[in-house]
Amino acid sequence: MNIIISNASVEAIYVQIVHQIRKQILTGDLYEGEALPSIRSLARELQISVITTKHAYEELEREGMIETVRGKGSFVARQNKELLREKRRNILEGKLADVIQEARLLKITRKELQEMLDVLLEEV
Amino acid sequence: MENIIEVKGLKKKYEGFSLQDISFNLKNGYIMGFIGPNGAGKTTTIKLLMNLLKKDGGEIKIFGQDNVRYEKSIKDRIGFVYDNSEFYDELNIRDVKRFVAPLYSRWDNKAFEEYIKTFNLPVKKKVKDFSKGMKMKLSLALALSHHAELLIMDEPTSGLDPVFRQEFLDIIQDFMDESKGVLFSSHITSDLDKIADYVTFINNGSIVLTSSKEEVMEKYGVVKGGKDDINDDLRQELIGLHEGKFGFEALISDVDSIRTRYKNLVVERPTMEDIMLYLVREGKGNV
Repeated sequence: MNIIISNASVEAIYVQIVHQIRKQILTGDLYEGEALPSIRSLARELQISVITTKHAYEELEREGMIETVRGKGSFVARQNKELLREKRRNILEGKLADVIQEARLLKITRKELQEMLDVLLEEV
Repeated sequence: MENIIEVKGLKKKYEGFSLQDISFNLKNGYIMGFIGPNGAGKTTTIKLLMNLLKKDGGEIKIFGQDNVRYEKSIKDRIGFVYDNSEFYDELNIRDVKRFVAPLYSRWDNKAFEEYIKTFNLPVKKKVKDFSKGMKMKLSLALALSHHAELLIMDEPTSGLDPVFRQEFLDIIQDFMDESKGVLFSSHITSDLDKIADYVTFINNGSIVLTSSKEEVMEKYGVVKGGKDDINDDLRQELIGLHEGKFGFEALISDVDSIRTRYKNLVVERPTMEDIMLYLVREGKGNV
């Protein structure tokens, strides 16, 4: 598992941890049932507060990404393939929403945006 | 969850300075940074915790017990780190050990020798010839060598170089578990504030805030903008405002609301040092 904390980022540290662990679960870098470091040892490794790592794990639990068994620790939750795809779609939609917002700020019309997407779909 | 330290309504009056109604709690399993500018009352508070000064009012409980009544048994369980070298000036490390070891029921000689080795402390030199950093390391070694459950440290990183400050963080995090606690004071907040779970900020003898660092960091932000961006509404919300020739900088206590209402302003994540600076500046402005 890789986690890189940036002090320059505007994102809160717990959000950075959530994003990175979530991404590694969705890409399969972290596999089902894999044990995650304890809250305390992750805090120690990253030299941050245990409250921050706890907050991150709670968020991941709420999303169903990980499961915590009392006394045993936290594990990557079993992911339903369908559900996983749905979740990734959800993330993708979020990204598209960001794009749309940015486009509105730049006063780009729907037609222009669609053209852009078409061009990029051919190229990328 | 139990409190390892409980301070309620603590008062101490001196000529020209007083601690007013100091209250804060530290839960088992957590690290608290006690921060504030020089002369804010940090050392006085810590001396009151250690019963080295007599309080004028209020209550201090450590491990759930009154710190004066149960002083002896409480101190046996505390590792106290402070600049205490004047007691040992003429002694070398062996003598210091002979002097300190009998004071603790659970003195661990092996642990002490281990720390002396890791910290590279000279065995034959007299303590008065130690550098400031070496004295602090000795104090830390003594504090960690009697199976303490609570570390109370007054400015522990002063005099330490950046390399050892980093090691120091590891040592503190290794020490921690669910039943222990750490309280450290500091006026430079950049290194230790990384690992602190809670912060208590004291200024002019009063507590300005005491809360989890997470909460503080999420709530506060540093906002920057051009001179034309300020209006009267915004001004009300700015803490410790600094206006320069080309723009302004201030602390805000509601990041989300400012971000949505003022899209052209730059809002940055603060450091504990930022929060301390702006709050102190605001405090001075109000007097």
